[in-house]
Amino acid sequence: MAAAAAVAGSLLLTVGCSSSSSSTGATGSSTASGTNTNWATVTSVAAGGGMNALVAAAKKEGQLNVITLPSNWANYGTIMKDFTAKYGIKITDANPDGSSQDELNAVNQLKGQSRAPDVLDVGTAFAVKGDQEGILAPYKVATWASIPADAKAADGTWFADYGGYVAIGYNSAKVTTPPTSFADLLKPIYKNEVAINGNPTQASAAFSAVFASALANGGSLNNIAPGIAYFKKLHSEGNFVPVAASAATMESGQTPIIVWWDYLLASEIGPSVKGLKIVIPSDASYAAYYDQAISKYAPDPAAARLWEEYLYSTTGQNLWLQGEARPIELSTLVANGTVDETAYKALPPAPAGSVTFPSQSQQAAAENVVAQQWSSVIG
Amino acid sequence: MAAIARPREAGRQEAGPRRSYPVWRWVILIVAGVYFLVPLFAALRFAGIGAFGSVISETGFTSSLGLSVRLAIVTTVVTIVLMLPTAVYVHLRLPKLRRLLEGITILPIVIPPVVLIVGVLQIAPNFLKSTPYLLALEYVILAMPFAYRAIDAGLRALDLKTIVEASSSLGAGWISTLWRVVMPNLRTAVLSAVVLTVALVLGEFTMASLALFQTFPVWIVVNDQTSGQVSVAASLLALFVTWLFLLLITMIGTRQARRTGGGQVTLFVVARQQTRGD
Amino acid sequence: MDQTVAAPGSLAGPGALGPSGSSPAAARASRVTLALRWLRRISGIVPFAVYVTLGLLLPMVAVAVGAFQDNSGNFTLSNVHAATHGVYLHGFWQSIILSVVTAVLPGIFGLLIAYAVFTAKRGTILRQANVTASGVFANFGGVPLAFLFVATLGASGLATRWLADIGFNPYDHGFNLYSLAGVIVVYFYFQVPLMVLVILPALEGLRPAWREAAENLGARSWDYWRFVGGPVLLPSFLGCVLLLFGSALSAYATAEALTSGTIPLTSIQIGSFLNGNVIAGQENVGKALGLGMVVIIAIAMIIYVALQRRAAKWLR
Repeated sequence: MAAAAAVAGSLLLTVGCSSSSSSTGATGSSTASGTNTNWATVTSVAAGGGMNALVAAAKKEGQLNVITLPSNWANYGTIMKDFTAKYGIKITDANPDGSSQDELNAVNQLKGQSRAPDVLDVGTAFAVKGDQEGILAPYKVATWASIPADAKAADGTWFADYGGYVAIGYNSAKVTTPPTSFADLLKPIYKNEVAINGNPTQASAAFSAVFASALANGGSLNNIAPGIAYFKKLHSEGNFVPVAASAATMESGQTPIIVWWDYLLASEIGPSVKGLKIVIPSDASYAAYYDQAISKYAPDPAAARLWEEYLYSTTGQNLWLQGEARPIELSTLVANGTVDETAYKALPPAPAGSVTFPSQSQQAAAENVVAQQWSSVIG
Repeated sequence: MAAIARPREAGRQEAGPRRSYPVWRWVILIVAGVYFLVPLFAALRFAGIGAFGSVISETGFTSSLGLSVRLAIVTTVVTIVLMLPTAVYVHLRLPKLRRLLEGITILPIVIPPVVLIVGVLQIAPNFLKSTPYLLALEYVILAMPFAYRAIDAGLRALDLKTIVEASSSLGAGWISTLWRVVMPNLRTAVLSAVVLTVALVLGEFTMASLALFQTFPVWIVVNDQTSGQVSVAASLLALFVTWLFLLLITMIGTRQARRTGGGQVTLFVVARQQTRGD
Repeated sequence: MDQTVAAPGSLAGPGALGPSGSSPAAARASRVTLALRWLRRISGIVPFAVYVTLGLLLPMVAVAVGAFQDNSGNFTLSNVHAATHGVYLHGFWQSIILSVVTAVLPGIFGLLIAYAVFTAKRGTILRQANVTASGVFANFGGVPLAFLFVATLGASGLATRWLADIGFNPYDHGFNLYSLAGVIVVYFYFQVPLMVLVILPALEGLRPAWREAAENLGARSWDYWRFVGGPVLLPSFLGCVLLLFGSALSAYATAEALTSGTIPLTSIQIGSFLNGNVIAGQENVGKALGLGMVVIIAIAMIIYVALQRRAAKWLR
């Protein structure tokens, strides 16, 4: 029964996405089904009365509040523009440089305001926290079955959206010998050149870089200490530049090598550094996915749910792929042949084998180690 | 202790012309000039002039700047109206509370803005929460340490008791005294306080972004993502716009002073001035 | 509020009878009058008190309470314990050292600049430009400021290359922008202008007539400063240094952008607890750290008051 609904839902979805005039569709007019539904408690598109009802209700709301989505992060700029063009729903993107904690704070503090965020894109630890605080609304998108079981909450309060690998990005115009691994970066030719994107106790990309370097140096998901030791060595060799790296620091020649998420290297630095090359280190592969969630107090609940359906449609997933991020349903897309081939081929080659993510407790333990020991890196 | 506030005057003669420019003055100004201007030059060189055009042409430049300017005006007015009479009153009538006032006014500087905003959001009435002017009220708290310190420095430089007594013996009421006697003598202090407050509001990012309002500094950060050069150009532009706005304020303030004829009351006190002590 | 200006402390008036010969009714009336007078006296600061209570004290109480709570709201000392050990204790020390150095040195330098500009003869344009530029720089910080200095004094920065060309590469002599010394150099950029702005009003207290009078009495520069200038400026100077101390203590965006947390500073640590992307669910440790900052500033206030008293006694 649920499978049939899911199939029906996804069929409606593909129909909806391919024809631009689907919103004026004659079937299932809004007066019959949509107006009495309290979309804030709807847990799936089928339960809400079908895709057309959802679209109609969302358009009636006319507005969507998103938060902390920079336009050059995983192609969100294009995604937001495309969504608005398709459904005529205006998107307000607040605090684009904010953190995951800021998103949870905004949901709590702006409860009842029309400015409050509708949907969240947060790190997993924060999605879990939001769930514990009871501020997330459960919702299962039409393509729920394509999301791996370990990448979503069973009750639908959060679900993985896109992710990437920790990668080494370098400006090939300045760096003549390409580095291919963490071990390479220790070589003296890279003196004063290597940086990470911020503070590992504060920025998840930096934290992941430390975790990846731990895996490359005999550590494991249970043991991040070798990563700290690695950066200590990197610093004593004179290769590590402690500044928080960005497009500006690479462009100006201060940090020709940056260890960061592969998709962010592509979208945030690629446009302005023409010679940028991205390589996943051969001695460690560490990936992480972010998670989507809908706020329980969303001022625009129907628009929020439509946004999720859109993101998990083939269009949405491929748009993330074009941002060089790996959408969570990538394997399904590849199997169905609906993947955007050009974008798929443009991804840095993924290491063989499946990826294991640290569990909540492993992550928390690693965070504590980093918090305590990161300052010993420069002694 | 005495060594702290003593600038050394190299090459100054005792009986010589007092209007000469001692060497040390130029040394200080040149060192300061180099320190502050070279990094700006380095950043400008990196960004390139072309990047500025792409920043200004982004949507939202004028609307976010307008919002920040409105917030700055509200914040400054509330700050001065709140701090000036209080400071004068305490200096005059409750000198024992002066230390307490100094302590209270310096506290906001160490409270993380994240926490300040949580507190205010919990008690603010809803009609206020949905307007950006809630931010202005919070900015008054942020500006308090700086505004108070400037006003306090100005008050210490004044013989407040005498001029207030003189004014009231001539029949002026409290408000009249404040406005027409005290304030003109605190012109520099109020100017410093205003400059600090306006610059604070035009540069405050954390609380505005947490409350999800698009003020000028928030807009600058939003639009700095195209490339490194654009991001640096954006922050340099923010500096420049703030500076222009402050210049406008100080020029208006100076012209205003000249037009109303001042009303300065300077009392000549000889040599060993009593410290306004404790 | 049209009050007559009475000398502070005087409550003379009807009802203040001596202990002998006063009836109980008169005594009660005098107490009520005293209370009313006292209320009238402090009524001048009521608006301020209300504002401060709502906008400052309530959030502070929230911090203080949160510092002693665990995630389910029960009382616990573990946050405070965590905040006073290990890397967080180290962070407090580093923050204090950084703040003291970047309060005193920029304080002196700022005073010198303010004096140089203030006593310049042709001056309105210079002074206006100086005041407004100070206002702008005093609030400049964070990532853009860090970039400014990376581009100037980084390993391949502009000034570094200039200096290397004349044979003195600072990096060969142990300087590193991404160290505490480097952070101190960068902090001058907003601390000095802040000092200039807040000490400028105090310089108005130095009447030029005093200088002339002192010199007519045969005083040299040193004597002028020792007996006239110093006593006038010192209280304000100390107050401004205190402000700079607080400002440096709470600044974090610049240091974070420059060092990525490799130097433990309390303000950065608070940031990673209260609005970060990595550590979730430990905000109360962040609040405990915030409480620590309040304690530090309170201690600084106490030291400041003691210094003011000694200075006043010594300079009188």
